[in-house]
Amino acid sequence: MTGSRPASALGRLALQPWLWAWLGALAVWLATIAFTRGQGAGEVLTAAFTFGTFFVIVAIGQMFVVTLGPGNVDLSIPATMTLAGTVAMKLMDGDNGMLAVGLLAALGCGLAVGVFNYGLIRLLAIPPIIATLSSSFLVQSTAIWTNRGLRIKPPSALADFATAKLGGLPALALCVIALAGVMHIVLTRTPYGRAVIAVGQNPRAARFAGVDVDRTRFVTYVQAALFAALCGFCLAGFSGGAALNMGEEYLLSSIAVVVIGGTSVAGGFANVPGLWGAALFLFLLVTMLNTFGLGAGIRLILTGLIIIAVIVIAGSSSRKREG
Amino acid sequence: MSALARLAPPRLLRALLPAVSLAAILAAIFWLQPRTASYFGLNLLLNLSIPIALATIAQMFILCVNDLDLSIGGYVSLTACITATWLNDTPALGVLALLLCVVAYAAMGALIHLRQLPSIVVTLGMSFVWLGLAVLLLPTPGGQAPDWLRALMTLKPPYVPFPIVAAVVFALVVHVGLMRSAYGVVLRGAGGNPRAVERAGWSLLHVKLTLYALAGLFGVLAGMALVGLTTSADANIALRYTLLSIAGVILGGGEFVGGRVSPIGAVMGAMTLTLAGSFLSFLRLNPDWQIGAQGAILILVLALRALINRAERRAP
Amino acid sequence: MTAAPLVRLAGVDKRFGAVRALAGVDLSVDTGACLGLVGHNGAGKSTLMAILAGVLAADHGEMHVAGQDVTHGHAVTQAHRLGLRCVFQELSLCPNLTVAENTRVLHRALDGWGWRRRAAALIRDRLDTIFPGHGIDPDDVTGDLSIGRRQMVEIARAFTVTDTPVRLVILDEPTSSLDAVVAGHLLAFVRRFVADGGSVILISHLLGEVLDTADRIVVMRDGRVVADRLATAFDRGRLVEAMGSVADDDVDGAAAAAAATPATGDRSMGGTPVVRAHPAGAGIGGLTLEAWQGEIVGLAGLGGHGQTAMLVRLFEAARHPGVVNAGAMVRLPAAFVAGDRQSDGVFPLWSIARNISIRSLSQLLWRGLIVRRAETELAETWRTRIGIRTPSVDHPILSLSGGNQQKALFARALASDAGVLLMDDPMRGVDVGTKQEVYGMLRAEAAKGRTIIWYTTEMDELKHCDHVYVFRAGAIVADLTRAAMTEDAVLHASFEARAA
Repeated sequence: MTGSRPASALGRLALQPWLWAWLGALAVWLATIAFTRGQGAGEVLTAAFTFGTFFVIVAIGQMFVVTLGPGNVDLSIPATMTLAGTVAMKLMDGDNGMLAVGLLAALGCGLAVGVFNYGLIRLLAIPPIIATLSSSFLVQSTAIWTNRGLRIKPPSALADFATAKLGGLPALALCVIALAGVMHIVLTRTPYGRAVIAVGQNPRAARFAGVDVDRTRFVTYVQAALFAALCGFCLAGFSGGAALNMGEEYLLSSIAVVVIGGTSVAGGFANVPGLWGAALFLFLLVTMLNTFGLGAGIRLILTGLIIIAVIVIAGSSSRKREG
Repeated sequence: MSALARLAPPRLLRALLPAVSLAAILAAIFWLQPRTASYFGLNLLLNLSIPIALATIAQMFILCVNDLDLSIGGYVSLTACITATWLNDTPALGVLALLLCVVAYAAMGALIHLRQLPSIVVTLGMSFVWLGLAVLLLPTPGGQAPDWLRALMTLKPPYVPFPIVAAVVFALVVHVGLMRSAYGVVLRGAGGNPRAVERAGWSLLHVKLTLYALAGLFGVLAGMALVGLTTSADANIALRYTLLSIAGVILGGGEFVGGRVSPIGAVMGAMTLTLAGSFLSFLRLNPDWQIGAQGAILILVLALRALINRAERRAP
Repeated sequence: MTAAPLVRLAGVDKRFGAVRALAGVDLSVDTGACLGLVGHNGAGKSTLMAILAGVLAADHGEMHVAGQDVTHGHAVTQAHRLGLRCVFQELSLCPNLTVAENTRVLHRALDGWGWRRRAAALIRDRLDTIFPGHGIDPDDVTGDLSIGRRQMVEIARAFTVTDTPVRLVILDEPTSSLDAVVAGHLLAFVRRFVADGGSVILISHLLGEVLDTADRIVVMRDGRVVADRLATAFDRGRLVEAMGSVADDDVDGAAAAAAATPATGDRSMGGTPVVRAHPAGAGIGGLTLEAWQGEIVGLAGLGGHGQTAMLVRLFEAARHPGVVNAGAMVRLPAAFVAGDRQSDGVFPLWSIARNISIRSLSQLLWRGLIVRRAETELAETWRTRIGIRTPSVDHPILSLSGGNQQKALFARALASDAGVLLMDDPMRGVDVGTKQEVYGMLRAEAAKGRTIIWYTTEMDELKHCDHVYVFRAGAIVADLTRAAMTEDAVLHASFEARAA
């Protein structure tokens, strides 16, 4: 990341941080269909987009949070997902007419959690990790209490929408691709996006450059909780109801998707396309290893080693300041 | 608050906070259910706090140098699986595997230091690795605790229940090692002002290797203790420990940065969290709120600490 | 004494980027002597001491310590072994450790059983010797001590001896947080230490204490030694004179030009000031800062005496223009030009254009979105206007030299809607050519009606100001008009005579 810039279009493309996640996804997909001799290539891709969708929704929020700089991670995402999904399903109780109410309720849960998270960060003057960790305990409990082990089916309209396909691609995935496009513009073209990146690079400099650092952080934490709530709503619709452990795997995965997608954990450097690449990559990796007949253990180990490899390579290619 | 600050120095208040919260929750439980105030009652209440306390100590070593370990839960699961399989079936292999785990932890610390990587991401990646290894080793719940370990964990020492003896022993040993020993000072100093420690001629690499190896060792102990209590293991057995251990250190008066940690406090924090879980069942409240109670206590203690800090800042 | 000096430096050179911090410095310290080292901010004293202590490596030059050639591979551990100890301005204690534990960090020999007792005895003995009645317990946590006491611990720790001797102690502004009585104790101890055969380098802006304590005084200016004489050959006036810079025709010309363009909102015309603030640390005493529209107001005095704090307060107050906030009021929006570029100014991962536009995004919006072309145009305009030397404003900010990075920060402020510019010693480490360009631009901006509050440590820059406030210990101690502003006046107001 120094002075000279490659002039060619290809050279500029090679510099894009999201490229590697997409290349990885492509390579893994090709390896899979090579193994099956082309069988099921389309189905694999459809499945990847279906499941990748949910990771991308939460990862967008997590990415904005991580971009705020060292120490900024939202650990309350899984709990928020569960709570939002549960509350919405309970409220709608399978009634299509209550769909809008359910969605608003889910987003309301997200809003409440986000405001609470930021309140803890500010009032108790504690690191965001601790604040979101503490609140996640409370939120998870609220979700358990609301749920009471019941699995309420989502309204048929929601279930149909969440599982619908348009020209081979899941409708939900198309919506989330559009959503990612919007958030990409928010990140790169709005003063808010610029403020997030500025705060992440250097909060002191951001303050002196006239950025309202507190407001930027507040909006970011609320936004992350809103996306988690939205994801919980969609996931519950997709999987036939809210389950108490539905958010579990999203805690570490949301961070993993952000990191593999080329966002800097040191803050101040983010990109949205990489999220889709990373989510597809992670799902396709699992598919590939399953196809090869490898078990969950190897799959997890490889996922972990890839995360570490990404951070080692990212760390050495551009020496960032330390947190 | 300022009147309070005049009565007791904020530092003392802060130091007493973990003990006060533990005492408060114990007193509440005794009051609600007097039968718990007995040898067997306490044994039952605090049994599960032993592995959590050990994992919390491991997390504390990492927090001591301003890092954070998101992998301790997966790691404890793995060591629990090793304990319930290899250590039981072929002890030599089991010991070797556990030793390798400690070495791997130290290597993780070295990687983080040498490449100046964010500990959060490296330990996040390693958490998948530990979990994957655990799944490979024990795809379905099972295994068996070695008999000697079971015997140890169900020990009935005279007068004082075993969990309390264990907690006191571990807290004191780590206290002496980290807070009183000559090298322990350097370890903590590296969290407080790394540049100053380096300028005084100490190797920060050595510091990190030591702390991560210690964390690995206590992670192994946590896994063994857990299996000794549950008699069998599964790959997901301790995943919750990652968040619980962070909460325990913070409850115990530890801070996120600056090398301000306390082993005795961490053990008390872990016990407080364990008790917070059981507290509700004595209130005959819905057990759904068990995790919530842990969160509420964490927030309460952090709020008290924030008040103390604010009072301190106001008083010159 | 004809014995070889304890420390001998010859021709030491050190560059930081374009700035030559040390330009061929020769220095020797005799055994059993106290050397006073004085000079204005940025004269190179601290850099020189960091090289001696092994923290920084010199680019050129020879170094001998205790008869050994340490020109190459000099490092902190070796310096410690040779008996060199340093008390730096920034505290190098671990705030989470106790006083005794901090002593242990410095001494590998404090190990094994009973180390804590030995460390406590060691530091208590030194504290008792140097600062009688210090009131510090070796078990006190360092972070809980007042800054003055921390400094006492730091000093006492430097004089503790275990397995290696202490030959030379460098005291860099040791009394900056000590009251007069405690400072007196320290200086008396320095004399005793020297009489017993130790050596001390004393750096202080309190000229009285240097004159009273040192055997020999070295004056540095602009990275060179400009005077090296016995202390008895100096007095206050001569020291100040040696520290000041020679008259610079070029600058005088610029200042004359400045004088020719009077401020648009003259004070004599009455009206209300654009900026008005009372220093926070000054209580009700001292003077109040005022600035009228179109004025360039200088904040002078030694570094760290409240100037930056004042700028930050004005910046916060300007968030709500016209509202009095904690004794500070700014009538117009403000922009901040950082001096410490890396920590306060630059966004290292961004291009030059983005670094410039961040303060002006609201002017570049179309339906809520930033218009890229407008952003590039803004940056291009200022690139040509301010002369940032780069082929393209899309290049990373870090591809620029320090001076050009600073120009980009100026561009950020000038391109904004701010009516008040707050400048925090922004010319640090900027080459002369750039400075002249910027001076001209600032005058033009003032003439257009912007108000500039300019903290600077360089005397020459004060000549561009319509008004100069001199800060000392958090308060404003002098208010000089352009006519009254002389180097002598500023120096005398900045340097407190403790003896007086």
